[in-house]
Amino acid sequence: MSAVPLLKVKDVSKFYGSRIGCRSVSFVLYPGEVLAVVGESGSGKTTLLSCLSTRLMPSSGIIEYHMRDGQYRDLAHMGEAERRFLMRTDWGFVHQNPADGLRMTVSAGANVGERLMAVGDRHYGNIRASASDWLRRVEIGEDRIDDQPRTFSGGMRQRLQIARNLVTSPRLVFMDEPTGGLDVSVQARLLDLVRGLVHDLGLAAVIVTHDLAVARLLSHRMMVMKDGTVIEQGLTDRVLDDPREPYTQLLVSSILQV
Amino acid sequence: MNDLATYNFAYLDEQTKRMIRRAILKAIAIPGYQVPFASREMPMPYGWGTGGVQVTASILGPNDVLKVIDQGADDTTNAVSIRAFFQKVANVAVTTKTKEATIIQTRHRIPEEPLRDGQTLVYQVPIPEPLRFLEPRETETRKMHALEEYGLMHVKLYEDIARNGHIATTYAYPVKVEGRYVMDPSPTPKFDNPKMHMSEALQLFGAGREKRIYAVPPHTEVVSLDFEDHPFEIQKFDKPCALCGAANVYLDEVVLDDKGGRMFVCSDTDHCEGRQAHGHAGPMLARPRHQCKEPAE
Repeated sequence: MSAVPLLKVKDVSKFYGSRIGCRSVSFVLYPGEVLAVVGESGSGKTTLLSCLSTRLMPSSGIIEYHMRDGQYRDLAHMGEAERRFLMRTDWGFVHQNPADGLRMTVSAGANVGERLMAVGDRHYGNIRASASDWLRRVEIGEDRIDDQPRTFSGGMRQRLQIARNLVTSPRLVFMDEPTGGLDVSVQARLLDLVRGLVHDLGLAAVIVTHDLAVARLLSHRMMVMKDGTVIEQGLTDRVLDDPREPYTQLLVSSILQV
Repeated sequence: MNDLATYNFAYLDEQTKRMIRRAILKAIAIPGYQVPFASREMPMPYGWGTGGVQVTASILGPNDVLKVIDQGADDTTNAVSIRAFFQKVANVAVTTKTKEATIIQTRHRIPEEPLRDGQTLVYQVPIPEPLRFLEPRETETRKMHALEEYGLMHVKLYEDIARNGHIATTYAYPVKVEGRYVMDPSPTPKFDNPKMHMSEALQLFGAGREKRIYAVPPHTEVVSLDFEDHPFEIQKFDKPCALCGAANVYLDEVVLDDKGGRMFVCSDTDHCEGRQAHGHAGPMLARPRHQCKEPAE
């Protein structure tokens, strides 16, 4: 791991009127590191993720990103054009519901190729070659390249969404409940796939989940949120095996052991 | 002396014309950019060319000569009605000859004869937004235009090739104007796209229902989008026009009977008639009348 953080988050708060979305969240994320944000529904996980990925403007606080040119840039002071460019090249965003992140009425190949075309690739043959390469990497048969995602199963859609995000080799991927709504065996395969990709590509990721098993399998570090604030953070194994806060203890002990 | 109320010249009131002219000037200043304007109710239904009619009404002067075509023809319902409308409300000279016209209002075609300096071509546009069927949100498409995010347009062309093996879009083929804005050339066949490039005439586009005006000023670069390995191509026809023998023009298929008989004729009727008057003849024109009814095919 490089010594320079990819993302520096300082005292980020988001208020919806008088209600708290998230309050005074600070952390740093290094390249290749996977951070899980866990907590119950309404604890501010998704608000935090939206602030980080510039989908929401934080009410206060600073989020700085280490650009490819070596400079740190404050996301709030970036122009919209630059921010959107960043989002479709250097970043990825995997939605809980694949329909939000995919174009359901165009073929799988075009879904994967869209980002390439957006950054100026104008060679059909090359675009198609990288699309089929990425479909293979996320274990979707290459004969499905011309099928629309609405003919895909939930797990395939989610894998397609991941391929679509990774095709421009981003350095940072945000995931919002990537395994939500999938059955356990499909979840396991997806987690395996994501773990492999994150490892092979050296991706940094922020994964929001309420599923502690996902956090355990994928993440190096985790943050536990409650009522908009981070109540505990540390190495994943430490937090899950030796939770300090009463709430974390409750959370860990409420997992059903089969 | 009758005391009935009369129309203002060219139907629209002067304030409206002023507003539309301002939109047109802005559109000319930013080639390919869709300028919103306060489209008026016109005495015809949306989809019949209310946008084009408003643009024509705003630029029309008493000395102009107006030509109106619909699918290239001067004698179809839409063309006849709009021509009659302006004869009535503006009392301007009308013509069917491309060469003589100063303003040509068109639906779906650009005349075959190259337009010259001083002529204005007014297009009737149903849906001005080239990204509409890919991105339904207007707020988003406007942002995409503003930030020049046109990757999505190529997604559409990619889909065409993936499904059909070639770019199967044949009309409303997207173009990039002066290297900046992607524009829908209205539902003209892509055959006409090269005619827009570096045209000597001013091209104005009016979309009445969608309340947008855009323009391509004379001598402006208009490039059809494509892929490096699937370059843009126009339609080709196997045979020349059956009536005037013209090659390299856009042809309409006309079904002659219910036994499979058909002919291909110029869609630009003025061009076809002009050639016939100069003695050009296609295979079907040369035939005696009784054979025309039952062509051997």
